[in-house]
Amino acid sequence: MFIKKRPSWALSQSEITPESVYLNRRQFMSGSVAVAAGLSIPGLLPAAELPVQGKSLNFVPMPDYSTAEEKTPFKDVAQYNNFYEFGTGKGDPARYAEEMTVDPWSLGVEGECEQPGEYALEDLLKPHEYQERVYRLRCVEAWSMVIPWIGVPLADILKRLQPTSRAKYVYFETLHDPDQMRGQRSLFSTIDWPYQEGLRMDEAMNELSFLAVGLYGKTLPKQNGAPIRLVVPWKYGFKSIKSIVKIRFQEERPETTWEMIAPQEYGFYANVNPEVDHPRWSQKRERRLPSGLLSPNWMETVKFNGYGEQVAHLYKDMDLRKFF
Amino acid sequence: MPGSRWSGHPRFLLAFRLLAALLASMPFLFLVSNIAAQSLGPDPGQEVTELLGLAAFQLLIATLCMTPLKRWTGWSGWIRIRRMLGLFAFFYATLHVLAFLQFILGWTDLWVTFTKRPYIVAGALSFLMLIPLALTSTQGMMKRLGRSWKQLHKLVYPSIVVAWVHFIWQARSDVGEMVFYGLAILVLLAVRWKWAGSRGMIPFVRG
Repeated sequence: MFIKKRPSWALSQSEITPESVYLNRRQFMSGSVAVAAGLSIPGLLPAAELPVQGKSLNFVPMPDYSTAEEKTPFKDVAQYNNFYEFGTGKGDPARYAEEMTVDPWSLGVEGECEQPGEYALEDLLKPHEYQERVYRLRCVEAWSMVIPWIGVPLADILKRLQPTSRAKYVYFETLHDPDQMRGQRSLFSTIDWPYQEGLRMDEAMNELSFLAVGLYGKTLPKQNGAPIRLVVPWKYGFKSIKSIVKIRFQEERPETTWEMIAPQEYGFYANVNPEVDHPRWSQKRERRLPSGLLSPNWMETVKFNGYGEQVAHLYKDMDLRKFF
Repeated sequence: MPGSRWSGHPRFLLAFRLLAALLASMPFLFLVSNIAAQSLGPDPGQEVTELLGLAAFQLLIATLCMTPLKRWTGWSGWIRIRRMLGLFAFFYATLHVLAFLQFILGWTDLWVTFTKRPYIVAGALSFLMLIPLALTSTQGMMKRLGRSWKQLHKLVYPSIVVAWVHFIWQARSDVGEMVFYGLAILVLLAVRWKWAGSRGMIPFVRG
């Protein structure tokens, strides 16, 4: 019962046990362990199943916007996630995100812009060519990954929506649907759903800000924020909001989910910064995943996650200890 | 069960203790097999540390269940496994601390971590309180300390409360699990309060 075999990558699609069977098996197993031992650890372990691969996408590689560092393998990117809409365990999103429908998908655009309205995802993306950018992703929890994203520069899409001069910030919102997102059904969650994030207009228009619809050449796995998510590589991962359903241009600074829960721990800016510790842990170093038990993959965290050349000017007169 | 013959039979007691030992070893076996199979995901150090901490906490709660179980069932078998469960809890707690130092801290920033980070301070306090309990858990120490042994071992109560604080401080947004554990601890402390009620006002200090 304790020895988990890894599914072989050589399996063809037809040989793979349907995911629902896997999920039931897991539930059955954790249930029986719980009864037998009274010591179960639900949700703590990463999901062991083979992550579902998306549809292939056409894209142009962007070497100028890509790091040459070793990429985090797909199975880790797609099985080790923070997406509390599906539970707080790292494996929960991979286990439960299949319960979310991502097609059809539409985004509401509102606020200070000339082109508000409800957009079908295809219509929003249609005029744009997909790019591939390999970015570092630094989680506020002191681990990091290197991920090849497929998507469109955020600025290209925002410009089409024609923000007015009053648009000083962009607000984003994740799908709120407890029927599809079991984490939102939890009675004990301190998150006031929906999950919300925001960027200052100049941050949103920065050349690095990216709207991803895929990774590793295929459409996003649901646990990674399908069908469309933000990627802001110089900020901690929680800024890169997933499964976006709303974009709003506004004059006042939006409130963001983690800031509302713990303002002393998570700021609006959330720029990667080794000089400003999280109150509960140091941000000086990170574990680049995959990391081993005997050979932990520690590395020094770099300010702005190494993207200072592109973004440091956005904050040049700001005290980043105060505006963390 | 009280008075029945089989429940007091030495063989039954032995089987019961072995079963308890097996159950208490499950988290360890689980970890070892998952480490061997490399199925702990891309950040195994974090997983190992969390699993060990939770196992220690769960076993500490299990340990505190034994006296009430004995009272309610009248069967002394529960008391016969209490020390073992407590020592298992200490075993997991020790591994948890070592795993934290090795995998999470990498033995750096020790001073800052143990002075400035409240949830770590809580965890460390909880662990420090367990050390004298583990050291004085032998029959010999029990005899030698006499009445004060019982007093000393009341440290388990603050230890478990502080351990709970250590967890709830880390709960990220969903506190459901820790609310459940908190209620369990509350019940376990409340029954002791009730038992001591007839004898003194501060039950956890007086015998």
